[in-house]
Amino acid sequence: MELTRRGAIALGAGVAATLALPIRAMASVDEAIAEFTGGAEIGEGGLELITPEIAENGNTVPIEVSAPGATAITVLATGNPTPKVVTFNFGPLAGAQRASTRIRLAGTQDVMAVAKMSDGSFVSTSNNVKVTIGGCGG
Amino acid sequence: MISRRDFLQATVAASAIYGASGVGNWSKLAAQQALTQDQLLDFDTFGNVTLVHVTDIHGQLKPIWFREPEINIGVGAARGQPPHLTGQEFLNYYDMKPGTPHAYALTYLDFVALARSYGKMGGLDRVATVLNAIRADRPDALLLDGGDTWHGSYTTLKTAGQDMVNVMDALKPDAMTSHWEFTLGTERVNEIVAGLDFPFLGANIFDATWDEPAYEPYKMFERGGAKIAVIGQAFPYLPIANPDWMFPELSFGIRDERMAELVQEVRDAGADLVVVLSHNGFDVDRKMAGQIKGIDVILTGHTHDALPEPVMVGDTMLIASGSNGKFVTRLDLDVRDGQLMGFRHKLIPIFSDVIEPDKNVAALIEKQRAPFQAELDEVLGTTDTLLYRRGNFNGTWDDLICNALIDEREAEIALSPGFRWGPSLLPGEPITREDLFNATAMTYPEAYRSEMTGETLKTILEDVADNLFHPDPYYQQGGDMVRVGGMGYHIDVRAERGNRISGMTLLKTGEPIAPERSYVVAGWASVNEGTEGPAIWDVVESYIKQQGTVQVDPNKSVKVTGA
Repeated sequence: MELTRRGAIALGAGVAATLALPIRAMASVDEAIAEFTGGAEIGEGGLELITPEIAENGNTVPIEVSAPGATAITVLATGNPTPKVVTFNFGPLAGAQRASTRIRLAGTQDVMAVAKMSDGSFVSTSNNVKVTIGGCGG
Repeated sequence: MISRRDFLQATVAASAIYGASGVGNWSKLAAQQALTQDQLLDFDTFGNVTLVHVTDIHGQLKPIWFREPEINIGVGAARGQPPHLTGQEFLNYYDMKPGTPHAYALTYLDFVALARSYGKMGGLDRVATVLNAIRADRPDALLLDGGDTWHGSYTTLKTAGQDMVNVMDALKPDAMTSHWEFTLGTERVNEIVAGLDFPFLGANIFDATWDEPAYEPYKMFERGGAKIAVIGQAFPYLPIANPDWMFPELSFGIRDERMAELVQEVRDAGADLVVVLSHNGFDVDRKMAGQIKGIDVILTGHTHDALPEPVMVGDTMLIASGSNGKFVTRLDLDVRDGQLMGFRHKLIPIFSDVIEPDKNVAALIEKQRAPFQAELDEVLGTTDTLLYRRGNFNGTWDDLICNALIDEREAEIALSPGFRWGPSLLPGEPITREDLFNATAMTYPEAYRSEMTGETLKTILEDVADNLFHPDPYYQQGGDMVRVGGMGYHIDVRAERGNRISGMTLLKTGEPIAPERSYVVAGWASVNEGTEGPAIWDVVESYIKQQGTVQVDPNKSVKVTGA
């Protein structure tokens, strides 16, 4: 299946996106993960996170997450003052457990995704995204 | 079936190195007599498909000098691997002898003396002659242009790329991809593309708002009974390395997932051969070849490397065809039953005094230049020093530009971008306006003058260094190191991000750069919109005219370790 961003928005019926509010400014990444998983063990595999290697603009970095069979996926910007970025919840009517959005990154850092699967288990993955001053190219 | 390994060895054995003895003693005439056009074009036509690759011509219609890099450091998996071999290491690796035509074409060794023996290289009228010969053997050969074509000279700048469009049109390319083209602005690019007889490919060029494909990703060809897919890959980091406000509607990136999808798509559509016409840069292509299965050939670009043999990554062949019209690659392939069964490869050096210009293309080139001839030919001064740019750190052209910036703009420190384009000039030669524009012509030339703290300067150097020496090529942004005048520094290329630069020193006083102090910095080619200042060519022209004869002292202010 090919899903464009336009398609992802149209798919919104099945995807409820909750943008995290900066409630506790310095909430640590570990706390945010624990909050999502309830402290459960986290495995790997079955979760895809697509990010650019180098952001074209740190203020609006396109990301995409996908985890077939997930009920929720949370995204964390581990180097931001407020690491919690977004949690996507997928209801039973969701056509695909896939979502894309744009996030703001304070600087070069790892972006992390954690998915809750339908059996209650958790998996995670992370990508390094570079935010650079730029110029000087080729 | 013959394995590729056997074929590679056969190719190496068969590729004769011409004039294998001490050329340094020969007169120019004798040296050139040892080379003939027939030798340069000699090729036993092979298989059923021929690809011809040119890339990174940078507006160079006429023959030029181009000194290959002395410093070209590979990091991570690329360490010590081609194309990160220079000089004697390069000759040893490819079993070439110093002083030979190939040593002159492919390395910096003894450059000035060999240049005087063998003459200038390139010229699109000579390239046309090579193409005619290849097409006589194989009329349906595919000509593929890797981009950085509509940029880099006085006439290209003044005509917004039209001179190159007109001359390339006569060479009849079958497809191209892009990088600097977009510094003409999206509107101009689209205007040119609308009139092209061939596709302008860019699988990784997307609409920035909707993240949907903005240009044709690939084109299918039928040649010699085989279906060939050519997928275009534009320079991935255009909005970072060049001013994004010139093409705000577009987003680029490496987009591995997209490339993998397309390879599958063209295979499903019956492609027997998958070719990627790439402007990724060699190390990015090397990684991509390992990540994505099913690509037969990557025609690499951007990093200006010229390699006399393909580099194999698994079953994928990487071809590097140099820059500035200095080389043309001919790649003959045997494609049968959806498989690449064998190949024959030749990197053809375009010795301009040996290869006869094609008369029609020569006339067409003169027609593009005629309206500007007087400006092009105006002599601004003379150089006592070999002027060149290519290399990871400072080249003498950039040292000259930095000296001009410090002098003309009354700055303490000068910054000049790490571009790879810009031909060379030999000692004793006049510097014409054409030569100056060959090193500076671009659409955001404003020479700024501003104050920066020592801390900011350190941040900039660290940032650029990571964009060049990050061990993962996907995180390399694509340029060489920013050239610095008035300040020395030490760089450990293998250190972590943020820790590579130390020992920053203001050369004028010998004092360490103080993090909190402000310094007057002049530079050019800022990617920020609204940058103010005179055009860099006006700054450098004024400096050259005032100097009369230009001398650039050897630059010993950058200490490099960890290479």
